[in-house]
Amino acid sequence: MPSHDTSARDLAPEELAALRADFPILTRTVRNGNPLVYLDSGATSHKPVAVLDAERDFYTRLNSAVHRGAHQLSEEGTEAYEDARARIGRFVGAPAQEIVFTKNATESLNLAAYAFSNAPLGSRLRLGPGDEVLITEMEHHANLVPWQELCRRTGATLRWVPVTDEGRLDLDALPALLTERTKVFAFTHASNVLGTVNPVRRLADAGHAVGATVVLDACQSVPHLPVDVADLGVDLLAFSGHKMLGPMGIGVLWGRSGLLEEMPAFLTGGSMIETVRMEGSTYAAPPQRFEAGVPVAAQAVGLAAAVDYLERIGMDRVTAHEHALTERLLAGLAERSWVRVVGPTDLEDRGGTVAFVVEGVHAHDVGQVLDDSGVAVRVGHHCAWPLHRRFGIAATTRATLAVYTTPDEIDTMLTALDRVPEVFGLAS
Amino acid sequence: MDLYQELILEHSKRPRRAGLREPFDAEVHHVNPTCGDEVTLRIRLAGDVVEDVSYDSLGCSISIASASILAEQVTGRPLTEALRTTESMRAMLTSKGADPGDEDIVGDGVALAGVAKYPARVKCALLGWMAFTDALNQAGAEIPKESHV
Repeated sequence: MPSHDTSARDLAPEELAALRADFPILTRTVRNGNPLVYLDSGATSHKPVAVLDAERDFYTRLNSAVHRGAHQLSEEGTEAYEDARARIGRFVGAPAQEIVFTKNATESLNLAAYAFSNAPLGSRLRLGPGDEVLITEMEHHANLVPWQELCRRTGATLRWVPVTDEGRLDLDALPALLTERTKVFAFTHASNVLGTVNPVRRLADAGHAVGATVVLDACQSVPHLPVDVADLGVDLLAFSGHKMLGPMGIGVLWGRSGLLEEMPAFLTGGSMIETVRMEGSTYAAPPQRFEAGVPVAAQAVGLAAAVDYLERIGMDRVTAHEHALTERLLAGLAERSWVRVVGPTDLEDRGGTVAFVVEGVHAHDVGQVLDDSGVAVRVGHHCAWPLHRRFGIAATTRATLAVYTTPDEIDTMLTALDRVPEVFGLAS
Repeated sequence: MDLYQELILEHSKRPRRAGLREPFDAEVHHVNPTCGDEVTLRIRLAGDVVEDVSYDSLGCSISIASASILAEQVTGRPLTEALRTTESMRAMLTSKGADPGDEDIVGDGVALAGVAKYPARVKCALLGWMAFTDALNQAGAEIPKESHV
């Protein structure tokens, strides 16, 4: 079981070079024949050959609709699918039956949110007027809009924890916001803009103290930090496959067994039923209850291969590597007086997501200049529009790191960034 | 970088006819949801002539320059000419680089021809023009069927 080890070694240059050889896309060139410098892994990560091979192997040898049919392919496909569930569960410290496969983390969070309006009247999960849902101002739209919609459907009230100027949750405001009216407390583990890593255990305990169900968006933590659901103490946790070296089209919702049992079906149809009659139907136990339609078996097998890949490196070392790169990036940006980082500038409780503004130049233009040198970053509000509004900015430029990012790539980005004042005629 | 022609930078730093003015016949607010760029645009018509276009643009150099060029090109022009310019800009920007633009029709707009080669930026350049067309509709201007942006 992974645990945080602050003494973990960073990746040595030869280790990093060998690892990068597993990612074919990293060898391609982009705009103007430049080598690709990919600093957009927070949007989606690249996938190693082992993941591509695992997916291809499923289609080559095992392709079948799993959990259906008595033929051998279906049997073997089902075994591969369920084995993947167990491996992915182990990666986050959870038993297989607590792992629900979805299309992506957005679906995972919608599945969670709908439980609180689809639950039968009288269920403790069912929200109504007078109840409150607490989120934070730093949420990705995926952990914000579904809760707004839940409140609209049920008459519950949405509240949010404000963010400080330093880009941390304003925990002084928490006691007034988290009350016996709070039925759901949903927040992110790591901000996809600020890089802030939130004190999950403390927040989860506070949520439980008032009887709230605690939901964690772990999209930006599971790919970068050792994550153990028991340590975190939350009730539901969502993450996506494609941000953690896995395939697109698969996400995960982990839920405590007792809670998943209580939760009503979300998407309905084939696979998720127990019995169906014309008059009505009953539904399967979790996790199948939440997996309507032909399961995403090839993607699950691919994601399990991604998990194996990360475990071979060791999540402590992934964290140590990205920590060193973040330090290099923050130091480089600090040397440039015309750059302002939005989010913590210290390394404490902070991941490798660094958003910044160049005073007087729109992020779109910054990104375009970087792209001209082959440097891929994200520009815009990164699906966290209210957070940008809170900082009074329309858009930021965001660099996000991954296990395959190199120190040289950070330096290339910083050098490319120096073209921005030249192109836009700023006094630097 | 050929995208950032001197003329574009000039328009983005000193946008022409910027700011919101009264009186106006219609006001619209358009956003680019992928990046959060926003434009509020007002138009004032005098019969068949575009008397004034005023705007408040929050966005990248391309979207601000494009709004500036729009205001410069259509203000004081008959509606039919303004629509021809709008259609010509749209055709150029969505041509993937095949249409270099006609300076006689779009004026400084030709400096934005390079944007067509960057699909992610086309929306930035079109934002103001789409707002303009929408504002004309809201003001009840008669727009010939064949011209739509």
